[in-house]
Amino acid sequence: MRAPEIGERKAVISGVGQSQIGRRIYRDPLDLTLDAALAAIADAGLTRDDIDGLATYPGNMKTPPGFSGVGITEVHDALRLELNWYAGGLEAPGQLGSVVNAVAAVATGLASHVLCFRTVWEASAQGDQGRAAVTTGGGGGGNYRATDFMQWTLPFGAPSAANWIGMMAQRHFHEFGTTREQLAQVALNGRRNAARNPNAIYRDPMSLDDYLSVRMVSTPLCLYDCDVPADGSTAVIVSRSDAAPDLRRPPVRIEAVGTALRGRPSWDQFDDLTTMATRDAAAMMWERTDLTPVDVDVAELYDGFSFITLSWLEALGFCGHGDGGPFLEAGRPMVGGGELPLNTHGGQLSAGRLHGYGFLHEACMQLWGEAGERQLDRRPEVAVAAAGGGPLAASLLLTT
Amino acid sequence: MTGDASPRPFRVLPAVTPDNEHFWTGGADGELRFLRCGACRYWIHPPAPICPSCLSRDVQPDAVSGRATVHTYTVNWQPWYPNLDPPYVVAIVELPEQAGLRLTTNIVGCEPDDVTIGMAVQVLFEDWDGVWLPFFEPTAEAWS
Repeated sequence: MRAPEIGERKAVISGVGQSQIGRRIYRDPLDLTLDAALAAIADAGLTRDDIDGLATYPGNMKTPPGFSGVGITEVHDALRLELNWYAGGLEAPGQLGSVVNAVAAVATGLASHVLCFRTVWEASAQGDQGRAAVTTGGGGGGNYRATDFMQWTLPFGAPSAANWIGMMAQRHFHEFGTTREQLAQVALNGRRNAARNPNAIYRDPMSLDDYLSVRMVSTPLCLYDCDVPADGSTAVIVSRSDAAPDLRRPPVRIEAVGTALRGRPSWDQFDDLTTMATRDAAAMMWERTDLTPVDVDVAELYDGFSFITLSWLEALGFCGHGDGGPFLEAGRPMVGGGELPLNTHGGQLSAGRLHGYGFLHEACMQLWGEAGERQLDRRPEVAVAAAGGGPLAASLLLTT
Repeated sequence: MTGDASPRPFRVLPAVTPDNEHFWTGGADGELRFLRCGACRYWIHPPAPICPSCLSRDVQPDAVSGRATVHTYTVNWQPWYPNLDPPYVVAIVELPEQAGLRLTTNIVGCEPDDVTIGMAVQVLFEDWDGVWLPFFEPTAEAWS
């Protein structure tokens, strides 16, 4: 059923910004956030006084360490913003759900310019203690008892989305014959593109042999199927579309968003484990536009784990359900015979785990023609930015 | 999964509450229990005080057979917890009592490489300080 009004078209993206990005840079997460926020405000051609809305994911959480650490309150107060609207939290359609919240606020007139941000410092939080240092209930000490969803996985030594996504990938391999060599193409594509991104964390070439010989994390996922913990902050300004004359350059337009979760809200109870909420979010997004997958010039698709990118490719209709493996192996041919540039900044696998917002940042940079050395030869006019995995997912269809 | 010579692995245990104790303590009686609708007999997992099928509020614990098939699995190689040494198999098993009635568990009693999707397994329990963790092991008997 076609929605009566596509309200997201009343909102635009007017500016983006990023902080220093790196491994174990040991900077205060609020400090990183303010770098990104001020850069985004300036990028839009606005000033601090123009910002009347604030949105973030997942809000201020102390655990797991490094996952957040900065919420609405800290940024609000540090910048002494005068807000008409704000929202932060984890219960949203993935990381970009916070941006969609801002779009909704702007479209309904609750705010005019919303600063959206996502900050991580997971590399510094791990320090030299490795992944176990930030594992829920890790360390073997204390009286921690698992509740809610985690009670069904932690007792079985499965604390990580690497385990949960690994099981989805295994089921996909079983039903469709998908192979590690096919899945590897997500990581290899990311690494190739990261070579042209000066802010990427891993830029050295990676071969298929490198991929196939690195240690396993949770089969069929190896280390290079898992994104790299990073420190960094990304900010995005969502503005009213009629504010365009006040902006530094023509904004990125929001053609449609997808936020649906029609299956069960669970990593192990979801109806079809060969797909995810990606399926529902993507379906909703295409229901809200006359554009189709062949119109997309560049796709920036979440790769917290490589299999999630495969899932988004299928969900968004760039290939059929189950065909993601052969699609990737063939060198990313797009429906219609063209090519589909994918994760042009390197994705989280090589550029660092900025947790969803990095894909939206890159989509905007490509649409503006400001991606520097990695700018696509033919400046894209339509982009998809999508983030999330498992039962969390949102996608945005963006145009110049 | 424990040997006499090695220290017991660390496992995060669930917080047992009135809502979930049927699941986490049923193993004391050798039973794998889920909530079930008294009106339409639908099995409910995770627990909720309503039947998601018919919306009846008459839900009570009931025992399943303990049989299952491996719906999917992963061999975990990452050392997450002290003495919980990889590799070990994390699986989602589906119970024959109802399509889609699943739980995450460990497959024990075989080599990780021997686990396959569709494999028939049977529940067994380990007592962890009064929490009876349901694991599954391969069984020669096949069911669907």
